[in-house]
Amino acid sequence: MNISDPKDVFRQEAQDLLAQLEAVLLDLEHRPDDIELIDSAFRALHTIKGSGSMFGFEAVAAFTHHVETAFDRVRKGSVAPSRDLIAVALQAQDHMRSLIDNQEAADTRTGDAILTALQRVFDAPEAVSPAAAPTPQEATWRIRMRLPADVMANGTNPLLLLDELRGLGTATITALTDDIPPLAEINPTECYLGWDVVLSTSQPKSAIEDVFIFVRDEMSLEIERLDVCDPVPRIGEILTDLQYASKDAVDAGLAQQKPLGEILVKAGEVSPDKLASALAEQQHLQRENVAQKASTHATIRVPAERLDELMDRVGELVIAQSRLRQITKSGVDPQATSVAEEIERLVLELRDTTMGIRMVPIGSLFGRFRRVVHDLSRDLGKHVALTMEGEETELDKTVIEQLNDPLVHLIRNAIDHGIEDPDVRAAAGKPSEGRILLAARHAGTEVLITVRDDGRGLNRERIRARAVERGLLPAGTEIPDNELFQVLFQPGFSTAEKVTSLSGRGVGMDVVKRTVEALRSKIDIASPPSGGTSVTLRLPLTLAIIDGLLVRIGNGRYVLPLGTVEECVELTAAADAQSRGRSFLNIRGELVPFMRLRELFACKTPPDEFQKVVIVSSGDLKVGLVVDQVIGDHQTVIKSLSKLHSDIAMFSGATILGDGTVAMILDVPHLVEYGQVREERLKAVG
Amino acid sequence: MSTQNHEGSIEVLTLDLDGHTFALPAACVHEILDLVAVTEVPGANPFVGGLINVRGRVVPFADLRHKFGMPVKPQTIDTRIVVIEVDIDGDATMVGLLADKVHEVTEIAATAVEEAPRIGLTWRREYIDCIGKLGDDFVVVLDITAIFSSTRRVRDGGGETGGRAAA
Repeated sequence: MNISDPKDVFRQEAQDLLAQLEAVLLDLEHRPDDIELIDSAFRALHTIKGSGSMFGFEAVAAFTHHVETAFDRVRKGSVAPSRDLIAVALQAQDHMRSLIDNQEAADTRTGDAILTALQRVFDAPEAVSPAAAPTPQEATWRIRMRLPADVMANGTNPLLLLDELRGLGTATITALTDDIPPLAEINPTECYLGWDVVLSTSQPKSAIEDVFIFVRDEMSLEIERLDVCDPVPRIGEILTDLQYASKDAVDAGLAQQKPLGEILVKAGEVSPDKLASALAEQQHLQRENVAQKASTHATIRVPAERLDELMDRVGELVIAQSRLRQITKSGVDPQATSVAEEIERLVLELRDTTMGIRMVPIGSLFGRFRRVVHDLSRDLGKHVALTMEGEETELDKTVIEQLNDPLVHLIRNAIDHGIEDPDVRAAAGKPSEGRILLAARHAGTEVLITVRDDGRGLNRERIRARAVERGLLPAGTEIPDNELFQVLFQPGFSTAEKVTSLSGRGVGMDVVKRTVEALRSKIDIASPPSGGTSVTLRLPLTLAIIDGLLVRIGNGRYVLPLGTVEECVELTAAADAQSRGRSFLNIRGELVPFMRLRELFACKTPPDEFQKVVIVSSGDLKVGLVVDQVIGDHQTVIKSLSKLHSDIAMFSGATILGDGTVAMILDVPHLVEYGQVREERLKAVG
Repeated sequence: MSTQNHEGSIEVLTLDLDGHTFALPAACVHEILDLVAVTEVPGANPFVGGLINVRGRVVPFADLRHKFGMPVKPQTIDTRIVVIEVDIDGDATMVGLLADKVHEVTEIAATAVEEAPRIGLTWRREYIDCIGKLGDDFVVVLDITAIFSSTRRVRDGGGETGGRAAA
């Protein structure tokens, strides 16, 4: 899948820029003085305009031009970025998006209306924003410090000064030991050392000078700005620049065609320490160079199908490699064995790297909700602040994409139903601004995503009454919160008295549940008495790979997700015999129902003599699965089942084992549910 | 998928099942493999009762003998797997088909193609695309899409399968 159409390239780029612009505008609302935000908004607009006209998106370029002009005035400080301005700018951003998506269809009147609104904002009398500090730029400085000999006697510790310099940024420090006298003449309280420091920092020069504020008068200090250029200066240039060697000596040395430093040291032109200092400076510049390059070429775009293809190839490679291992294990040639081991290591690393490519930080998704919150709270006249935690948490890309809709529903619910109107909040003694927390974190093999508000919480009585009314719960029973709140996921269930444009129809939570279940995930709802509601989605780390426990049942091998396995125990002969009537195991006083997978899978081979029970759990429920043999752990690349097999609920997928055969992955939540249902039935019978 | 090219002739792969020669449209055939280990899928329709590994992909394995009521005999040296791509409810899906023997890719002239007769066939007519004449013999050209979509219809109706215990 090659993206060859330059228009598509522009569209993709513009999508990114617009997303960036949106984020900047929303930030600007909270930090209107941040000149860096205004600058980056301006840059995004400028780029869209420029490449828009280059690729023939004239309408986009023309419209963006006006917005850019407006922002230029903001940038120059003649107009402050007010709330109104940002609201119009967000509309403009939406309009640009629709212009880019479909040039012809977009309505010019909408654009004109936005521009008029923009003009109005500018015409309104507005306090001029205070001139903000110029954007700090990273610079590299060369600092030469020579302290007076009595500096330590006066109570200054040179090491602390160096530490302070390190605190400012990336520092490369070289000590000059040339002035140290022979041992007999040393006075231990005197300082004979000098230092050359190369420092890359975003702090101004005055910050560096401040480090030496107490010793400035006695010492000699030179601070010069260095240019990080490519290629880095040659060592001879640095030495002459530092005046450690004369130009003539360097030229003479260069003529000898050997490493220059060595020659100069040998000739006594430069001391080894001074050379070391110059070399350190060169290396520092080299590193900065690399760092700058890295930051400009940090990401590339790859179509998702190519990643899937790569993943498939790596899967094949892993399988081929394990066949190679089996062959070399039979001990053909020690050399071949060592190569096979080397290949094994490389293949496993390659597999891990490939898996890592698919992982994306969830912040890319969270960012979109700031706009949702901004627009909704405006529409509903509520003040809502959105805070986010754990944006760096990584999840499989396919999972992240599917989370958008459920999270939008949950956030809508939180704003519409959860957070009260400002006057109600004030009466309840809460701050008038409601809070929504969007958090992601790792927990074992799961990623937890929580949407929490500090609103009025869920009304248990009303939910219970509604559920009874609709026949979802029997009247007059007390059930735990967790079960009660599950009725919220029933299609069409709503306790709202009035249906707003946003919510109350009882459709949203049903959608949330279905999407989340399709991702093999779970939802928990909590509404503590202290107020507020929190909804937590428990997602698997990735859809592509899991740690599995490989077991054998009859002739077939199966994989259990290791995260669901509690423990493995032996099925004792006594329990086996007893279980003809009842299938319960006594695990440390807890009765755990178990089922024989051999029976479930209609195995015809005779059972192994010593059967094992793998205790698995799903939520709070546990169930024992009787297997013939526990083989061991297995890194499992999950392959989904085709439509021909997708209706068999016992299996969640399949994988390919080391020897190239296919093994089914057991769907533990379904098995547990089935085991519990069967247990109820047995109870009813016995 | 149209099995006929612009001249009206169709290119097919011929194979044997239980002594009868069948043909598949060659356009849907990906590759032909020697028999590999088949993993049984408990609870699945015996017609698609297994999974195989085709170059790192997990592919359902189908045995048409179950579909056509033929006896299941042990494999021989000629047994092959024909990997085809078939459209199942809008998804292009790879499926491995068992064949007792695979013959060749050949062309059936437009004039040698006839509609399947209403009587005189042992197999359900909706699985058959047409009857082609190849030399002195007739071959049954299978309608792969119909075969796999009806699998779902029957199963959705709750027939055929036995062990869908945990469903």
